Amino acid sequence: MSREHILARVREALSVHGKDRTRHRAVAERLAQPPHHPSGADATPMSPDRLAARFKVQLQRVGADLVEVAREDDIPSAIANYLVARGLPLCLRRGSTGPLTSLPWQAAPALTVDTGSAMAGDAVGLSHAVAGVAETGTLVLASGPESPVTLAFLPETHIVVLSAGAIVSRYEEALEIVLVSCGGRLPRTVNLVTGASRTGDIGAKIVMGAHGPRRLAVVIYGTDTASVGAR
Amino acid sequence: MTNPATFDAAVAAALADEPLQRALADVPAGFVAGRRRARAELPGFERLRRTARDVRDHTLAHLDLYLEAFEANATGAGSKVHWASNGEDARRIILDICHNANARIVTKSKSMVSEEIELRGHLENASLDVVETDLGEYLVQIRNERPSHIIAPAIHLRVSDVADAFRVQHPHLPADRDLATPEAMIAEAREVLREKFLTADVGITGANFLVAETGSAIVVTNEGNADLTMSLPKVHIVLTSIDKVVPTFADAWPLLRLLARSATGQALSAYTTIVTGPRRQDDGEGPEACHIVILDNGRTELLASDLRPVLRCIRCGACMNHCPVYCSIGGHAYGSVYPGPIGAVLSPALAGPGATAHLAEASTFCGRCEEVCPVEIPLVSMLRKWRGRDFSRLSADQASRRRRALLRAWAFLAARPRAYRITARLCARVLAALGGSRGRLRRAPFASAWTRYRDLPAPQGRTFQELWARREQLDRTDQP
Repeated sequence: MSREHILARVREALSVHGKDRTRHRAVAERLAQPPHHPSGADATPMSPDRLAARFKVQLQRVGADLVEVAREDDIPSAIANYLVARGLPLCLRRGSTGPLTSLPWQAAPALTVDTGSAMAGDAVGLSHAVAGVAETGTLVLASGPESPVTLAFLPETHIVVLSAGAIVSRYEEALEIVLVSCGGRLPRTVNLVTGASRTGDIGAKIVMGAHGPRRLAVVIYGTDTASVGAR
Repeated sequence: MTNPATFDAAVAAALADEPLQRALADVPAGFVAGRRRARAELPGFERLRRTARDVRDHTLAHLDLYLEAFEANATGAGSKVHWASNGEDARRIILDICHNANARIVTKSKSMVSEEIELRGHLENASLDVVETDLGEYLVQIRNERPSHIIAPAIHLRVSDVADAFRVQHPHLPADRDLATPEAMIAEAREVLREKFLTADVGITGANFLVAETGSAIVVTNEGNADLTMSLPKVHIVLTSIDKVVPTFADAWPLLRLLARSATGQALSAYTTIVTGPRRQDDGEGPEACHIVILDNGRTELLASDLRPVLRCIRCGACMNHCPVYCSIGGHAYGSVYPGPIGAVLSPALAGPGATAHLAEASTFCGRCEEVCPVEIPLVSMLRKWRGRDFSRLSADQASRRRRALLRAWAFLAARPRAYRITARLCARVLAALGGSRGRLRRAPFASAWTRYRDLPAPQGRTFQELWARREQLDRTDQP
């Protein structure tokens, strides 16, 4: 059996035997209490509005579009306006998590809205991010029955709705939020999205839309309340 | 795999290959500038490197236990874990999975482990339609080549090479279509490969890391191709190796913070995906089965040897981007799956001793690779170890006799400081005079192999020891 063979070779290479209690304890402790490693950045806690500001700067650096709305109810019309301004089709497919379902879609009557997994011909996919990470402008998506991961990869345009209150400083915090939102068990995929799909493989020129979306737009709502909270 | 003679021939061919030289002039330099920028923006970058090194060393010291923990948690999440001692085992396991799934079309995202075991060719021989979906990998696939860089497989190609390959490979498209720009070609590749994504039966990805605490794989791409590969077909296979495991997510983040910054200079690649098992009960999409194939293929031998730190490698490619030798000859001349400094250290261990140990000669020992390595692999001393092993293996043939004579002469001088000083002074003076006002030598005795391709910078007339002594003296007189 390859399994026993490989593990035996590893133990031989390390000059240990499988029953060494100190090693078992070291590993059990590491898994039970993961270490706190430095992130490389300034570790001073940031106020919510500074986090949001940092997130937005990073987002723009990776070429994502930013749409800001004060209230959740403004999201459907803001998305419709964005699509019109970019000359994109007024139809999208979205996930059906709570925040996306409760939006007043009738406020944007020109917009055709479908739900479910992405289909080959879909032009626009809409997801809800569980968290945003300020350090790199990264969106954190969790897959599930109500949030198909294909929406983030098949359509040419990917729009992500994010609450300003869900912007955190580091990946570590974002993963905590995912675990809480998924009842402590990781979903099939957790997708950290930092800008749209790109490649530099032909002539070393960065071109957007290699296989996934050509453009990524982030709709941040509740920025007003976030800055009020900070003051 | 190469031997010293074919390696020398490949190097000469690479140096004479003008298009290759033009490609190599730009791309690695772009990566180097990107890394420098990314490093400057992260104040704790150097500290992060030490953290990353410690995470890797801790994991390697407990590798058996973390692999067992990974297996238990991955199995708990619904994945099936397979162990493969060598390439043959891994290929058989993967072929069986494909057959059981009645697969016809297999999509693949980039995996250096799959290159190592030549997976694509073996699956194609079994009549499977295998498509590389990373654009660079697709280019080397349709041109029947190997990747020439671990993160930019088609770094050696020009825009026109790609256009030519597309016209041959995509005969169903109009012959007079415009393929003048990268944008046009990428749009075409997107169309062609989209069809494959949607019809594939099995998707094979690599893994950048395996996380023991949850049995997850972490897969990083810029194109999003790994995500389509793992989410559309009914079977997902992760092909990876025993050194990819880390204990926890807390341990993975420092490595991820270094990976893209060291590779392309991005703070994070566009898509970093944590995948844990197959589709869940209520999921409306995703594969029905997730298989994880963990390969050894010589790594346990490295673990047992004094070359163990090479297993810290996170495959960022920084060492090759910063290597003057790689940037002169490109990846193909190495003739090994992994090129550059990391390839010269890793490949001989994977290919079996003797076969490619001479690759350690492809280094100036300048040490830039070591300076930029995100996990502080002492690449120079490891290259020196391979050189030593390779040298002691050599028979007393012509080249070896000359080398031995030169080394003996060097040893003689190095052990006699007075003689060394006099000789060094003499050489510096003579070469400085020969260099004249240009300060460069077009030809130098015993160094025609060097001066055939470039001028030798002439010494300025004083030896290092003389300059150092002078500096010390100045420092002393400066002090009050």
